[in-house]
Amino acid sequence: MSDVKLAKDPYNVIITGVGGQGNVLVARLLGGMLAKKGFLVAIGETFGASQRGGSVMSHLRISRLAVASPQIPRGRADVIVSLEPAEALRVLALYGNPGTMLLTNSHPIYPVGVIKGELVYPPVAEMEAAITQILPTAYFIDATARALALGNSILVNIVMLGALGRLNVVPFNREDFQEAIALRLATGQLAINLKAFDEGYGMV
Amino acid sequence: MSYLIDEGKNASHLLMGNEAIVRGALEAGINVAAGYPGTPSSEIIECFSQVAKERNLYVEWSTNEKVAVEVAAAASFAGLRSLCVMKQNGVNVASDFLLHLASSGTRGGMILVTCDDPGALSSVNEGESRLFAQLLEIPLLEPGDFQEAKDIIPWAFDLSEKIRNIVMVRSVTRLSHASGNVHFGPLPTRVAKAEFRNSGPLLDPETGPMIAMIVGAPEAQHGPQQEKMKRAAEIFETCPFNTYTGPATPELLIITSSACSLYSQEAVSILGLGERVGILKLATTWPLPQRLLKKHLAATPKILFVEEVAPTLEDHVKVVAAESGAEIGVKTFFGKKSGHLPSLGELNPDLVLMALSRIFAVPYEGAPADFSAAVKALAARYAPPRGMTFCPGCPHRASYWSINNALKLDGRGGFVCGDIGCYVMGTMAAGFNTCKTLHAMGSGSGIASGFGKLKQFGVDQPVLSVCGDSTFFHAAMPALANAIHQRSPFTMLLMDNRGTAMTGFQPHPGSPTNVLGEATPALDMEKICRAMGAKVEVSDPFDLEKTRQKLNHLMEYADGAKVLILRRACALSPERRGKKEYEVTVDESRCRGEDCGCNRICTRIFGCPGLIWDGEKKVSRIDEIICVGCGVCADICPAGAILRKEVA
Repeated sequence: MSDVKLAKDPYNVIITGVGGQGNVLVARLLGGMLAKKGFLVAIGETFGASQRGGSVMSHLRISRLAVASPQIPRGRADVIVSLEPAEALRVLALYGNPGTMLLTNSHPIYPVGVIKGELVYPPVAEMEAAITQILPTAYFIDATARALALGNSILVNIVMLGALGRLNVVPFNREDFQEAIALRLATGQLAINLKAFDEGYGMV
Repeated sequence: MSYLIDEGKNASHLLMGNEAIVRGALEAGINVAAGYPGTPSSEIIECFSQVAKERNLYVEWSTNEKVAVEVAAAASFAGLRSLCVMKQNGVNVASDFLLHLASSGTRGGMILVTCDDPGALSSVNEGESRLFAQLLEIPLLEPGDFQEAKDIIPWAFDLSEKIRNIVMVRSVTRLSHASGNVHFGPLPTRVAKAEFRNSGPLLDPETGPMIAMIVGAPEAQHGPQQEKMKRAAEIFETCPFNTYTGPATPELLIITSSACSLYSQEAVSILGLGERVGILKLATTWPLPQRLLKKHLAATPKILFVEEVAPTLEDHVKVVAAESGAEIGVKTFFGKKSGHLPSLGELNPDLVLMALSRIFAVPYEGAPADFSAAVKALAARYAPPRGMTFCPGCPHRASYWSINNALKLDGRGGFVCGDIGCYVMGTMAAGFNTCKTLHAMGSGSGIASGFGKLKQFGVDQPVLSVCGDSTFFHAAMPALANAIHQRSPFTMLLMDNRGTAMTGFQPHPGSPTNVLGEATPALDMEKICRAMGAKVEVSDPFDLEKTRQKLNHLMEYADGAKVLILRRACALSPERRGKKEYEVTVDESRCRGEDCGCNRICTRIFGCPGLIWDGEKKVSRIDEIICVGCGVCADICPAGAILRKEVA
C-alpha cells in the first residue's frame, strides 16, 4: 500500500470525546493500521484524571517523512473525529481551520454542570446549523443510536471509525480494521465490531 | 505472545513511550523491575509483568517508591540489571534512599525511570525530577522521541555499569503516553546468575559491603562519587543521543531536550527557519557535556532554551557560557527568564512558534483569526464546560455524602484533610467540597494527627482524614501510628475500593493477588488498625444511613485515633464493571421537582452523572446509558421518587 497518498504531510487527525467512550482505542487502532502500512505515526493522548467524566483527546499524525511531535499545532487539524458534539466544537475552536473536515457523533453526553441544571446544553441541531454555516465539511451522525440498536453504546467509537473509513481521507479500509481489531479483541467480539464498522460506513 | 518480545528480524511496532522504555530494558537484559503506580508511569511495570515469565523477570508493585528503589538496588548489589519506576513525586518519596544509594554506588546496571507530568495533566503538582540528578549527583538522561526512549535504555545500563552508579532516565507525559514507530533490536539470551558478594574490604566496589558513607569521612565515598560524575560527563561528550540539526553558524541556537525537541523541530519547520536556526537536542542533561556545549555556543550569537517548567537547562548552560565567556564571547539568551516561554505548564509547538515568531519578527497564525474567533464564539455558546466528577456508581460520592451529613449532624464544625487518589475530588463540588487540605500521599492523616493536638490553642473541632487503601500502605500508616501514640483524637476514613483504582487497579499489600495475578497474602487493614490501637469500624459506603451513624458514633470518642473503613469496590473495577445491582427508575408522579423543597438534591447536589434534571418535564430522570445501577440515589430522595429493583 506504499502508493497511498496523503493530502498533506504530516496529515493531522484528532479523535476526541468524553472519558469512557473509547476514543483512545480508536486512536490506537487507527495508528496501528497506519504503522502497519509503513507510515510514520505519532499519537499524543490526553487522559489520566480526564477519565473521570472529562474531555479526552488524541492527536494522530501520519507522515511518510518523520515522526512528528505528539501535539498538533493550533489550527492545523485536517480531520476531527468526535464521539460527542460539544467536544467536537471545543476541539474545532482550538485546532480547526476552514479546510478541516469534521465528523461527529450528534448524541450529547451532558457535563456534570448540565446534569445539575447549572449550565445549559443547547440543542445539537442548533449547533450543527451554526457549524455548517462556517465549516464547509461537517458531518453529524447519531452513532449512539446506531450503537444502541446494535445492543451496546460502547460500540459508538467503532461506528465512528467506520464513518471515518467512508470519508476516504485517512488511508485505511475494512480489511485493515478487521486485522487490527482481531489483535485487540476476543474472537467472540469480532463480528459485532465489524457490524458496527459497517453501520458507520453506511452513515455518511 | 506480547509484541514487546517480538524477536522478528527488523521488527517494528507502534509503541507508547512507556512501552519503548520496557522494550529497551528487555533488549538490555533486565532482570528485576519494581515501581509504585502513578500516571504517566504505570504502564511500565504492567508491561514488564506481561512478559515476566517469558523473559525470566522478577517484577513487583512495591508498597511505595522508596521500597521500589530498595528492591531494585538489592538486585543491582547482587550483580543483576534492575530498573525502578515512578512518577515525579515518587522521586521525592524515594529520595532519601536514592541519596544514600548514589553514595554507596551500584554493581549490576541500575536505572531510575521517572515520568514527569509538566502541566499537571494527572497530578496535583508539576514537580521537576530533573533537579534531583544535580542534588543526588547522579547522571540524567532524557530521550527525545519514541525510538530513543527504547535505544537510550541499554545505553543507560552500560553507563551505570561503567561508572558503578544509578542512572536516572526522565520521560514526560508527552513521551510516556504518546506513541510512535519503534524499530526493535535483538533480545539477549544470557542467563542471569546473582550473588551478593560482601566479604571483601569495606570500600572494595566488587566484593565489599554496600555502605553509603563512613561517618565523618566523606572523602572515602563522596570523593569517588564525584569522580564517577566526571567520567559520566566525559562519556556524555560523545553520547550518540546528543544531536544537532541546522546550519554550521546559526543565527539562533535552540537548546532543548525531551518532547520539547519535537516541538522545536516542528516550529522551525513551519516557520521555514531551517537555514537560520540550529537545534541542539541534549539527551545528557546532567552533568552537561561542556566541550560540546562550548562548540555550539561559540557558533551562534543567540540562544533559545526550550524546556518545560523550571529553567534547568537554561541555568546550567548559562553557567557554561559564563565560564567560557573569554573563548565564546557574549551571548543573548532567550527562554523563561526573558519571558519568551512560560515557566509553568507544558509546552507545545505553538508556544515555540510564538517565541520564534517574536525573536525573528515573523508573523504566524495557525488558522485565520476571523475563523478561530467565530468558532470560539460558537464553542462558548454551544459547548458547556466539562467539570470533573466521580464516575456513576463510585463509592467515593456515597462516602463523601455520608461524611458531610455526619459532620452536619455532629455540629461542632469538624473538617476533613484530603489525600491523593480519585478522592482528591473531595476538594471539589463533585465531593461536596468536603476536604480542606490536599498535599502528598498520606499527608491528610499526618496533618489530621497534628490538628488533633491543637486543642490547647483553641482548635477543638473534630478532625477527619480520608485515605485510600493503596495510600494507607504507601504512606498513611506512619501517620496513623503517630496519631495513636500521641493520642491525637482524629478519625481516619479508609476508603477501601479494593485496589489502586485511579491508576488502573494495581495490587497493593492489601490485595489477594500480585502484579502477575498470583495468589499472595493480603494484609488485613482492619486487623492492622486494631493491632496498632485504633478504634475501628467497617461500613459499606452504599449504606448511607449506617455509614453516617458509625461515623457519628466514632467522632464522639474524644480520646485517641479512630478508623472507619469504607469498603466497596471501585465502579470501574473488574469485579463491578458491567454488572448492574439494581434497575433504577424515577417515578415521575412522585418527583415533585422544584416544588419539593429538596432543592433538587439528587441532580443538583448529589450530582451522579446517571441522574439528569429534565428541564422540560421539571423532574429528575435516569440516564439509562450512564447509570450503572448502584441504587444509592434511591436513599437520598426525600420523596421516595427514585425506585430501585434488584437485578435478578
